[in-house]
Amino acid sequence: MNDRVAPSLAPPLAPPLAMLMELTHRCPLKCPYCSNPLALERARDELDTATWKRVITEAAGIGILQAHFSGGEPMVRSDLPELVRHARAEGLYTNLITSAVLLNAARMAELAEAGLDHVQISFQGADAAVADHVAGFRDAHEKKLAAARLVRDAGLALTLNAVVHRQNLHQLSAMIDLAVDAGAQRIEVAHVQYYGWALKNRAALIPTRAQLDEATRIVTAARTNLAGILTIDYVVPDYYAARPKACMGGWARQFFNVTPSGKMLPCHAAETLPGLVFERVTERSVGEIWANSPAFEKYRGTGWMAAPCQGCERAEIDWGGCRCQALALTGDAGATDPACGLSPDHAMMAALAIAESGAAVDDFAYRMIS
Amino acid sequence: MSLTATSVPRLARHVRFRFDAARNCHVLLAPERVIMPDAIAVAVLECCDGVVNVAEIADRLATRYEAPRDAVLADCLEMLNDLADKSMIAS
Repeated sequence: MNDRVAPSLAPPLAPPLAMLMELTHRCPLKCPYCSNPLALERARDELDTATWKRVITEAAGIGILQAHFSGGEPMVRSDLPELVRHARAEGLYTNLITSAVLLNAARMAELAEAGLDHVQISFQGADAAVADHVAGFRDAHEKKLAAARLVRDAGLALTLNAVVHRQNLHQLSAMIDLAVDAGAQRIEVAHVQYYGWALKNRAALIPTRAQLDEATRIVTAARTNLAGILTIDYVVPDYYAARPKACMGGWARQFFNVTPSGKMLPCHAAETLPGLVFERVTERSVGEIWANSPAFEKYRGTGWMAAPCQGCERAEIDWGGCRCQALALTGDAGATDPACGLSPDHAMMAALAIAESGAAVDDFAYRMIS
Repeated sequence: MSLTATSVPRLARHVRFRFDAARNCHVLLAPERVIMPDAIAVAVLECCDGVVNVAEIADRLATRYEAPRDAVLADCLEMLNDLADKSMIAS
């Protein structure tokens, strides 16, 4: 009863490390696991250039170190180089997260000249047959290969984002080889996380346990063989995990997201949580929202936790896992993430993965504006 | 790939090293990575100009901090090799 930390004794709020800017939800690709919400925002509602520049300045002012330019496809915005230049002038490390199908030599030169540090290109497979099917876009794979060469030739850091799932995991080794051949310094092998579009397509995407074990074996071996050549970051799928991931490094602890229309979120999927009001950067400053917005404070720290998280020795390691996943699978956003073996819903989650991965459902509901 | 006393270390092209006023410390920035080096690492990194080698860095720091030169050299190599493994230091 008396061991709760009074609010006045709570540790001071640390500065966030990074901001992810969804400059737009427009995108030529239709990937069925897109991290954007099901209700995509319209072009007419997007923030203008001056507002994004103010947001970047305010975010730098509260201590972010990395600025991620994302979407949708951020390259549909013609002001992207101007925004990159502004972020660099604010001292930020600038990262472009792109499908790369709109990247050509002229635009690459413009971005490099603006001071872009790092480009992350998503790959949907190791060859055009698989990759173009997943992306729902003809010739996407060829365009990405050409774009990767442009990034390398411009001397920028290159990461390949390999989002993996049941329908492309058989190409994982080839995707790692592709990263080396493309001159990437880094690859993110990320199993699909099941929110939004991916949740809608879960039965067509979720891997079998055998596929997951094989993927982990391939990554482990490649990390040894490619040490000093290629850094491999690996995101494992929660559905077969024993402990949850520290989603976003903890709710509103290191990171925030700004949507095309200016809503500020603790994570890109946070809008799936009912009862939270996300404030807009057009109405309050980034710093005020970060420090005081009720939606940011709702699951910040450990005070909100119930059993079995409350008092768990891992409470400040995994921060209770993912709120969106807790909601999607248990109906309660404040519950322990069922990815945790201590969750009463853990067995249900594993059973669901086994059942859905064994079903022969391969059709996608492609991402689109409804 | 390991650095030795005669290697000339420099920051990898994709890495930036600067002071961060919000945290009152130095930071190393790389793709999806932020490292906050301790005071000794900062002293070493400030010497990594792509001209001097690790032995010369150790000489310089041993003199500045009045520390045993061989121990300083070993510390420099350990720290720089750790960052090289993370592709943050090249030579």
